[in-house]
Amino acid sequence: MSKPKLAYYLAGGCGGCDIAVVDLSEALIDVALAVDIVFWAPTVADVKYKDLEAMPDGSIDVGLISGNVRNSEHEHIAKVLRNKCKVLIAFGICAACGGIKGLVNLHTTEELLDKAYVNTFSTDNPNKELPQTTCVVDGKYELTLPTLMYAKPLDEVVKVDYYIGGCPPHYEHVKAAFTALLSGQLPPPGSWITMGKAVCEVCGRNPVLKGKPKRFATEVKRTIDGAPSEDGCLLEEGYLCLGPVTQGDCGSKCPAANIPCRGCGGPIPGVKDYSLRAISSIASMFDNEDLIDQIPDPVHLFYRYTLPSSFPYKRLKS
Amino acid sequence: MAWEPRLIVIACHWCTYAGADLAGSLRYSYPPTVHIVRVPCSGRVEPEFIAEALRRGADGVFIGGCHFGDCHYKEGNYKAIRRFKLLKRSLTDLGIQPERVQLEWISGSEGKRFAEAMTEFDAKIRELGPNPMKGGA
Ligand code: SF4
Ligand code: SF4
Ligand code: SF4
Ligand code: FES
Repeated sequence: MSKPKLAYYLAGGCGGCDIAVVDLSEALIDVALAVDIVFWAPTVADVKYKDLEAMPDGSIDVGLISGNVRNSEHEHIAKVLRNKCKVLIAFGICAACGGIKGLVNLHTTEELLDKAYVNTFSTDNPNKELPQTTCVVDGKYELTLPTLMYAKPLDEVVKVDYYIGGCPPHYEHVKAAFTALLSGQLPPPGSWITMGKAVCEVCGRNPVLKGKPKRFATEVKRTIDGAPSEDGCLLEEGYLCLGPVTQGDCGSKCPAANIPCRGCGGPIPGVKDYSLRAISSIASMFDNEDLIDQIPDPVHLFYRYTLPSSFPYKRLKS
Repeated sequence: MAWEPRLIVIACHWCTYAGADLAGSLRYSYPPTVHIVRVPCSGRVEPEFIAEALRRGADGVFIGGCHFGDCHYKEGNYKAIRRFKLLKRSLTDLGIQPERVQLEWISGSEGKRFAEAMTEFDAKIRELGPNPMKGGA
């Protein structure tokens, strides 16, 4: 039997998800021996878009896309890969839900360009030059740049077969996912590849796992306020931990390091709109409604990794 | 055609829904823009319900529950107000006018209050104009 063919594309992401795959190191050698990497752009392999476009439809077994869809080039390659790949995976929370980079949707493209190219302290751009989508060099070479658009999760532009959460996905999770992929032991299409438990369910701080009742929080704390107890639930102590609604494939890494879960794992099974469910679940864990007013900056907390896939997807002009 | 608001009222079966019934039998009039959805308790209202209504073009969403101490399930309305406040703060930061979503306690005996609240809500939404999300914004 010939080796399964694998393609990887980094769209609107940071490259951290690529590193999470490379991190498999020794395990990757097995993976690398077991698969034939036919495309990995723009980071690892030197294969041109036109070479990818020339491959027959359906000829690649598995395609991974990390990063959200943020410009016309991302959208184009996502569509090409959809045609070429039998199974397409949104790899990491940017591709699955928009990710932290999806917070660009709080601003208009004009605001962002202005910030990046004109109004930063260290920028010297008196003529307010902004990147153009086309320009002609030496009077004859036409160069183009992709057009920016609002950040979208991958499944807004193509059908996605599987989702993998995490920013980036944790080492053990990536290993388990590749093992599942290579052995063909996959859940029904459209699902997340996850062990299916919330961060709380694998958290050493969870009182319920120690047979104790869960208490309401009676104050609101930021991470800079004091220090959490050795092994108590952060949420009970007032730290805004999103463990109850987040997939725990990381093994509850942040609470173990005294940091509340920020939700990079993505929604627990059955939840479509992560941010709204997080709002609902965290609000119900506080003792009274006056505490709710003390929760600082709810948008950057509850929408941190999921704005493009949660209502209302972007900030509306009012 | 002139724009007419479309208002979704999510009413608790035990109080606000009964209040709406009473308003009807006492023949208090309230605007025909109101469309009532009955739920067992205001604690049943997930933020997703409100979002779905707005996403599908409702111009305003009003949630009616029992007064504190009267919830049939004891604490559903306490849950509702916590969720609602946090949702409203988030949606406001995201550019949705806060007046478009409202929560009020209206009991089964407050038929008049129900009619008044609906009339006020309709007037408020007319002032704000159509849901900006209409037309795929
Ligand atoms: S999910 Fe995190 S690590 Fe992966 S591309 Fe997005 S920002 Fe980078
Ligand atoms: S809320 Fe956070 S700290 Fe508490 S049990 Fe869940 S994951 Fe652990
Ligand atoms: S604890 Fe939460 S934020 Fe931290 S890695 Fe796990 S899922 Fe991500
Ligand atoms: S039964 Fe009316 S609010 Fe709970």
